[in-house]
Amino acid sequence: MAAEQQVKSPPAKAALWRRPVFRSTLFQTLLVLALVSFGYFLFNNTLHNLEQRGISTGFGFLSQEAGFGIVMTLIPFSELSSYWDTFLVGLLNTLLVSGLGILFATLIGFTMGVARLSRNWLVSRMAAVYIETFRNIPLLLQIMFWYFAVLQPLPGPRQSINVTDMLFLNNRGLYLPAPVFEPGFEWVMAALAIAIAIVFSTLRWMHKKQEQTGQIFHTISISLGILICLPLLTFLITGLPVSWDMPELKGFNFKGGMVVIPELAALLLALSIYTGTFIAEAVRSGILAVSHGQTEAAYALGLRPGTTLRLVVIPQAMRVIIPQLTSQYLNLTKNSSLATAVGYPDLVAVFAGTTLNQTGQAVEVIAMTMAVYLLISLIISMFMNWYNKRKQLVER
Amino acid sequence: MSSVHTPLPDLPPPITNVGVIGWLRQNLFSSWLNSFWTLLAICLIYLTIPPLINWAVIDANWLGDSRASCDANQSGACWVFILARFDQFMYGFYPESEYWRVNLAGILLLSMMAPLFLERFHYKAWLAAAILFVYPMVAYYLFAGGLFGLMDVETSRWGGLMLTLILSGVGIVASLPIGIVLALGRRSKMPIVKSVSIVFIELWRGVPLITVLFMASVMLPLFLPEGTHFDKLLRAMIGIVLFQSAYMAEVVRSGLQAIPRGQYEAAQALGLSYWKSMGLIILPQALKLVIPGIVNTFIALFKDTTLVLIIGLFDLLAMIQAGFVDAKWLGFAIEGYVVAALIYWIFCFSMSRYSQSLEKKLRTGHAG
Amino acid sequence: MKKIHVIASAMAVCTLLSSAVFAGSTLNSVKKKGFVQCGVNTGVPGFATTDDKGNWKGIDVDVCRSVAAAVFGDASKVKYTPLTAKERFTALQSGEIDMLSRNTTWTLTRDSSLGLNFAGVNYYDGQGFLVKKSLGVKSAMEMDGASFCIQAGTTTELNLADYFRANKMSYTPITFDKSAETAQAFDAGRCDALTSDQSQLYALRIQLKDPDSAMVLPEVISKEPLGPVVRQGDDDWFNIVRWSLFAMLNAEEYGVNSENVDQLAATSKDPNVRRLLGLEGIKGKGLGLRDNWAAIIIKQVGNYSESFERNVGLDSPLKISRGLNALWSQGGLQYAPPIR
Repeated sequence: MAAEQQVKSPPAKAALWRRPVFRSTLFQTLLVLALVSFGYFLFNNTLHNLEQRGISTGFGFLSQEAGFGIVMTLIPFSELSSYWDTFLVGLLNTLLVSGLGILFATLIGFTMGVARLSRNWLVSRMAAVYIETFRNIPLLLQIMFWYFAVLQPLPGPRQSINVTDMLFLNNRGLYLPAPVFEPGFEWVMAALAIAIAIVFSTLRWMHKKQEQTGQIFHTISISLGILICLPLLTFLITGLPVSWDMPELKGFNFKGGMVVIPELAALLLALSIYTGTFIAEAVRSGILAVSHGQTEAAYALGLRPGTTLRLVVIPQAMRVIIPQLTSQYLNLTKNSSLATAVGYPDLVAVFAGTTLNQTGQAVEVIAMTMAVYLLISLIISMFMNWYNKRKQLVER
Repeated sequence: MSSVHTPLPDLPPPITNVGVIGWLRQNLFSSWLNSFWTLLAICLIYLTIPPLINWAVIDANWLGDSRASCDANQSGACWVFILARFDQFMYGFYPESEYWRVNLAGILLLSMMAPLFLERFHYKAWLAAAILFVYPMVAYYLFAGGLFGLMDVETSRWGGLMLTLILSGVGIVASLPIGIVLALGRRSKMPIVKSVSIVFIELWRGVPLITVLFMASVMLPLFLPEGTHFDKLLRAMIGIVLFQSAYMAEVVRSGLQAIPRGQYEAAQALGLSYWKSMGLIILPQALKLVIPGIVNTFIALFKDTTLVLIIGLFDLLAMIQAGFVDAKWLGFAIEGYVVAALIYWIFCFSMSRYSQSLEKKLRTGHAG
Repeated sequence: MKKIHVIASAMAVCTLLSSAVFAGSTLNSVKKKGFVQCGVNTGVPGFATTDDKGNWKGIDVDVCRSVAAAVFGDASKVKYTPLTAKERFTALQSGEIDMLSRNTTWTLTRDSSLGLNFAGVNYYDGQGFLVKKSLGVKSAMEMDGASFCIQAGTTTELNLADYFRANKMSYTPITFDKSAETAQAFDAGRCDALTSDQSQLYALRIQLKDPDSAMVLPEVISKEPLGPVVRQGDDDWFNIVRWSLFAMLNAEEYGVNSENVDQLAATSKDPNVRRLLGLEGIKGKGLGLRDNWAAIIIKQVGNYSESFERNVGLDSPLKISRGLNALWSQGGLQYAPPIR
């Protein structure tokens, strides 16, 4: 007993300031104090400066009428809408460009990553040239290049590049026919939902069956068949409940249809091409990380190359790819704020730009903007962590 | 009647398996699908490369001193524009008579750095310390002047490639120590230190650089006592450094994590204090491991410096843009962007190659 | 016990730090720095542009220079901060710049809730439209459904919305941060018209590839009094900026210019001129400046007419006539209170 106690009690000679516990407590207390006083210092200065200069504070401005127009809005927006609406418009535009950017960058990245490993010398070289070129040029420069040097010199609306009277490309954007859903279309949507549900359950069943019996199903063709046929049939039965709103040259501009404005197109092109290079590298390193023995073992078992890729290589490569993919998605979302250089109305351009300037509420507006980006980052990384964990649990 | 068995000489391999044809067959036309891809790629190259060469070299205008010499021949690039403005792209609005100061600083840096790449050189640590601590001061006084009768040059006149290099150089040198402290903090056992580091790192990593720069360039004085003034360039640098240090911290952390536990325990067993064990045992190994990562961060930083054009500093890209919106040279945007892209590309590509070769070199060192 | 000591001393440091926040006047800090930090446009010919050497020129720049001349007796003691429309107020509010002279429109909101004060009007303007001649439009009323290139964060954005709402027409706004980008987009045909203050339209027109292909429509849809801005609550500084501008206007009215100012100072018997040049009357006392502050402005920057003609008027490529900006005595709106 005595011996134990001696071990537990600290050596009698150690001075108070030599004890690790004391030191760490002291150090941390000092850190907290320093941080708190620094924060207080900043806060105090800001309040003092705001008051001194008669700048109004608070979030009351959000309900005021904005009084300016925005070129592209996903929700109804007019000059009578409030500053809060400008926030929503900006946020949605940011989400739109990031979402589409992530989609395209992933497609480009995976294609190029696989092409880089292709046994075809020419294809692999070309993929390498793509990756090394676009990865080493600043994104801002690429955005400006696409916008000012490629899209702006396109012909004007009256000389549009016309594809079969349905697609029009000019320096005001790409005009497409817009679908107009007529009554009856909800059945098609319902059919699509049912088809998805069926595909999910069949896939599950087939997966189970395969694990039990080893029987191989044509999963892709079966699920694609269900996904396409069921809604298509409903679509035919309900009597084609969709009409097309065609773009038409009226007055100065095209009216009707959908339009992809050049600002969005330039941003999207640059973001997906630039981020695509990093994803391609991630994919390549992921596939290379799967040892060659795995592929050889799969071949020895008699699996075909396609099946080997799908069942052996990709699932293992994904574990290397996904963490890198997450950080690329985060980067893309943050990089979408470069929109302001070409005038695409994203959150930074509309809210932290025009709204900030019209109201003068810099502190509030910037705080809101930063909070949004932090929140997006948090959500993406949480989702990816969750996905990562799920993938890792499957490991046997 | 004994006869020695002499084998006939080997037949040459079929012509389709060796030489150019064999290579082509193996690498380009091994299957129908492969042949299809090859043809597609050739088609793509044919469509892009010859017109590009035509535009950039054969039809291009090289000589002259105004846009009139380009207007005559519209089908080619107008390199006259680039040549006429080249000095501005390099030095911004720096006074022409003082260019030698910038050149001198550049030559000084290169000559100081050269021995670092020599295997045999033994005073690398001292030299590196000189580059990190002495050189910046020398360079600052060379650029800004004010001493030894050198003419004062305001920072607002600094620009072009020179500014880009200054911003990225300061960014990398200053963010490394902050990054190391943050990375150590994040792996600390003290809960408050750890959480403060995590919050700091994630906060900076979560927001776009452009909002950081905006804050630094126009809002910072709002947070400071009235009447505090410091240079706009300095503020942009502070923004970049803080932003970059968060990324640097994560790079260093990955190195710290790669050091086996035994190293930490051995250091403790020797009775080394925390700072001694970190400084003498852990960090030297960890930093060596993450040198490629640091170079990659530097490349990212180098590209990110272009964002300062949005807050009104005239870096290389901004100078080039200012060049082709000038009424005298309106309409040569493509030439401008191509040159800017080429300059950035050369820097980034050579650095990434360097990082790759380092990675290979270091990998063999740890193969055991 | 120790901890309490630590906390107490930290608290003391805190209070010390926060009491270090002193209310300094702009004039003092400007004098201490040795230069005026002036916010200007990123580049509009005639108002604020840099030449090949990076020197700033323009009618807005002259206001900055006249303030520097008044304070330091040297018009070159100015440092310029080029600002986009979006950054300008934040930069002034935060103290990043001492004054803003960046074709900024005086409005109620800006004057009252942004913590700013407009020191006067150095250019009376109005919003107009620049269109390509090939479009075949003669009036803004024919522009239903058109798209407009605008600079972000300006009153122009708001006026355009008002105008189209009032006339029940629709429009598409395409906004850019810098006027050069706006002009570039218009030139490329991204929009049907460029809308901005009329003075800027003339300035931007000469920057187009083919200036003759574009024309300015007759409509003026708003009032745009442009002037220098300072922070609220610093009346001394406000007065200096305001009277620097008034000195240039008064000089024109009394016929004093950069060439004859020295001679008039020696010979003039006109009490108005003598008061302006600081030879009698209140001199520089009220503003806390040297006696001949106005004379230095006139000598180094010139009077309003000289500044106008040199930068935007007949001696410049813009060739804008005085119009609203003529003196009140010549049918314009420029009217400076007397110096006495």
